[in-house]
Amino acid sequence: MKSKKTAMYGLLVALAFILSYIESLIPFPFIPGIKLGLANLVVIVALYGMGWKEAFVLSLIRIILVGFTFGNLSTMLYSLAGGLLSWLMMVLAKKSKWFSMVGVSIIGGISHNIGQIIVAILTVSNVYLVTYLPVLLITGAITGALIGFLGALIVKRIKRLF
Amino acid sequence: MQGHLLFEIKGENMLKKNDLILMIVIVALGVGAILAIHFTKESGSKVRVTLKQEELKTFKLEENTIYTVEGENGAWNTFEIKDGYVDMIDASCPDKLCVAQKSIHYNHETIVCLPNQVVLEIVGGEENAVDSVVN
Repeated sequence: MKSKKTAMYGLLVALAFILSYIESLIPFPFIPGIKLGLANLVVIVALYGMGWKEAFVLSLIRIILVGFTFGNLSTMLYSLAGGLLSWLMMVLAKKSKWFSMVGVSIIGGISHNIGQIIVAILTVSNVYLVTYLPVLLITGAITGALIGFLGALIVKRIKRLF
Repeated sequence: MQGHLLFEIKGENMLKKNDLILMIVIVALGVGAILAIHFTKESGSKVRVTLKQEELKTFKLEENTIYTVEGENGAWNTFEIKDGYVDMIDASCPDKLCVAQKSIHYNHETIVCLPNQVVLEIVGGEENAVDSVVN
């Protein structure tokens, strides 16, 4: 059992790397340092397929490894803020049972962006960065919805392997 | 229990009504905020340059200028004030997202370079002008 779990972690982390690489190729030109959040896909797959604790572990592994590979310590801080808030909100959203995977993913997506904006605002001490938030909410919701759909498809497929 | 399923979907639907409501509410809030900002924006008169949370210098928008902010460890950001608009034209940061950001002109618009912790903010809009008249 443990080996299956380890294998699944490995698979999801690898997928997170690929997604993060793709993300790094598509920058968000007008918004400072904020990404599309494609890597949230692995977190939500872990959340629904394995559990909330596993999703947390995966988030951390993903943030740290991807951070060291594609970024630096400061980008990792933004990633951590977004990733942790995103994980927390997704766990709460899932527990509330108000939403399907799509809704949970939307919440995960916008929380990720909100977390990053908060850290940015605190870093440069300028609250007016918040004007970037409306655009990020919209794009975060849309990508979140797409990720949610994809995630549901993936979890269904993977279920057959076990 | 023989084959414990590692993955289970306990009756998760792909889409619920709440998901749609959530999406609509978020998009509505986002669009609403964008429109609110658009219709309440006013011109600024100066640009304030901040480096690592400290105000460095303030320039008048009327005077065309090119200025380079120099930070620690060789970090630098160059911006230009031209015809009342401020734009970041080059920087030492790896992603140069600050350079890609659009030029700013309206009060409280910002261009931010997070890696170098440089912020350009338009200040001195109408509201402040009224205050200074009263004073």
